[in-house]
Amino acid sequence: MAPSSAPFAVELRDVRFSWPGQARPVLDIAHLSIRPGERVFISGPSGSGKSTLLGLIAGILRPGCGHIVVNGAALHAMGASARDRFRGAEIGFIFQQFNLIPYLSMLENVLIPCRLSARRQARASRQAGSPREAAARLLERLDLAPALWERPVTRLSAGQQQRVAAARALIGAPPLLIADEPSSALDADRRDIFLELLLAECALAGSSLLFVSHDGALAKAFSTTLRLNDLNAAAREESA
Amino acid sequence: MRRFFYLMSLARKSAWNRRGTLSLVVLCIALSTLLLLGIERIRNQIRENFVQAVSGVDLVVGARGGDIPLMLYAVFHLGGATNGMGWESARRIAAHRDVAWTIPLSLGDSHNGHPVVATTPDFFDHYRFRAGRRIEFAQGRAFDALFDVVVGAEVARKAGYRIGSSLVLRHGNSDVRLAEHSDKPFTVTGILAPTGTPVDRALYISLAAMEAIHIDWQGGAPIPGFQVRADQVGKFDLTPKSITALLVGLKSRSRVFALQRELGAWKEEALMGVMPGVAMDRLWRMLDIGERVLLLVSALVTLTGLAGLASAILAGLGERRRELAILRSAGARPLDILFLLACEGVLLVFAGIAAGLLCLVLLLFAIGPILASRYGIVLYFSCPAREEWLLLGGIVVAGSLASLIPAWRAYRISLSDGLTLST
Ligand SMILES: Nc1ncnc2c1ncn2[C@@H]1O[C@H](COP(=O)(O)OP(=O)(O)OP(=O)(O)O)[C@@H](O)[C@H]1O
Ligand SMILES: [Mg+2]
Repeated sequence: MAPSSAPFAVELRDVRFSWPGQARPVLDIAHLSIRPGERVFISGPSGSGKSTLLGLIAGILRPGCGHIVVNGAALHAMGASARDRFRGAEIGFIFQQFNLIPYLSMLENVLIPCRLSARRQARASRQAGSPREAAARLLERLDLAPALWERPVTRLSAGQQQRVAAARALIGAPPLLIADEPSSALDADRRDIFLELLLAECALAGSSLLFVSHDGALAKAFSTTLRLNDLNAAAREESA
Repeated sequence: MRRFFYLMSLARKSAWNRRGTLSLVVLCIALSTLLLLGIERIRNQIRENFVQAVSGVDLVVGARGGDIPLMLYAVFHLGGATNGMGWESARRIAAHRDVAWTIPLSLGDSHNGHPVVATTPDFFDHYRFRAGRRIEFAQGRAFDALFDVVVGAEVARKAGYRIGSSLVLRHGNSDVRLAEHSDKPFTVTGILAPTGTPVDRALYISLAAMEAIHIDWQGGAPIPGFQVRADQVGKFDLTPKSITALLVGLKSRSRVFALQRELGAWKEEALMGVMPGVAMDRLWRMLDIGERVLLLVSALVTLTGLAGLASAILAGLGERRRELAILRSAGARPLDILFLLACEGVLLVFAGIAAGLLCLVLLLFAIGPILASRYGIVLYFSCPAREEWLLLGGIVVAGSLASLIPAWRAYRISLSDGLTLST
């Protein structure tokens, strides 16, 4: 299941998903594939199903039908518990905002995936000697001073918070990074700095990046740009 | 396994983070624990105290009547006076072939609210408490001269009596100054070591002294125009006419029922022999309903506390949906979330129990001396007994069940929210 052995980092085929209690599917995607190391920008209007798509790829949601293969693992065929374990080991996740757990220090926030996944911990140790050391290296490169590491995270600025979230997603170099509008709470300057740092770190870790936003201006930094409504047959039906 | 320890540490940090709100919940549980265990402990130790105060006595003999009132009055000096029994009967019982020793007791007077017990020096030889321990003199010796008095440890401590101190007895339990036997003061010849029984709170004089101070009294008041000076009483016959009760020790315990029957058929007067353990058992059975009600009330208080626990954690869940989604995104299973929240509840329950036990110890320290000096009841600390472990276990089990309510809610939330969280 090493990243290089799978032809695609992410591959979706004939995936259809509808929320419980809703007759119409939100997503109906015939094909979507992401190569290892590819940086993909997915745009779409609010409510178009971007977060839902990420939930499917992260193994939180299960498609009604179709195949979802992430990094060689057939998520559609795995049980809920196996998908949770898979996500902890293989996927880094960044939310739009409020990414941090208020009662943990910055360092402890970054270490959460290593604590929950033995594989993630093992990879972090292999890279830097120990998970703590891996976290320290990431935080330093993301320009977060060591003085802040042991302090509570509640006083951090929005930009600092998102960089801590990026460090958490990147620790243990997961093959796939998923970011759900991670820069929408930042102003233009900070957004650019954040994006630059994130892309650099992804390149360093060799991770594929799946970046969702409705802000099309960010697309130029990515190797591939996808518009969800073009992929999604459910959206085409709706507009037709 | 490692994962469980991590989730437990998360639960601890999360609870500590919201300690302001949760400390009230812990306080509630602490009070419940205090109430449940405090009642249980005080109840048991009072019983133990009562039982220990008469260890070694096979029968308490007195005028026929209620067995519990006789026990309470003669041994514990509680409740109202019972009828007396004749001295002649007491002498004949003492001479009975099955009887090893007897201790006559004659009550009625008091000093500073402490009961005065007229008896014989045999009392100091034969009376046993707490698994066969003997009464010991801290200072001095038994009464010998007519107006000698031996005081219990607590009596001496409170009034600061020493050997040679002089004191005056009061007729009955009244507070009336007129009813003092001030013409016949007593001299302290002995101070008893503390026993943790009613002995500490009593004064002991000879039966003859009891007669002597009442020689010029009748019906609770001095006889007008008739006064006998202390140096004149020796001319009178000071043999008592009646006593309150007779403590009996047998040569062989197995004869206790035979003697009891014999006493029941006593020809000269209506007597009875009470086995202390049997009378005490009857007393506890009478008090049982009250104790059960107390226990029920404290159980309800505990339930209220645990309901508070569940609702406090539930109320916090709304603002913690983010936190749950973050953990889920990092690989936590919904069952981990359930465990995390349940842990938090159980942690609070344990914190509450610990705080409650601490309060209990402090409280026993604080009220222990008061109970000991007022009522002669000695409370002590010991490892929780079986019933107390059961009560503690009950709180833990009920607390865990209560914690499952918010935990289950969080489980549902993390299933339905997933990672798609709008805020
Ligand atoms: N947990 C849920 N339960 C039921 N329906 C949901 C849930 N989450 C999202 N939906 C519905 O699915 C559709 C797609 O929502 P989704 O959050 O994927 O959109 P989005 O593209 O991420 O929007 P935004 O840009 O505002 O984040 C919406 O109609 C929404 O109402
Ligand atoms: Mg979204």
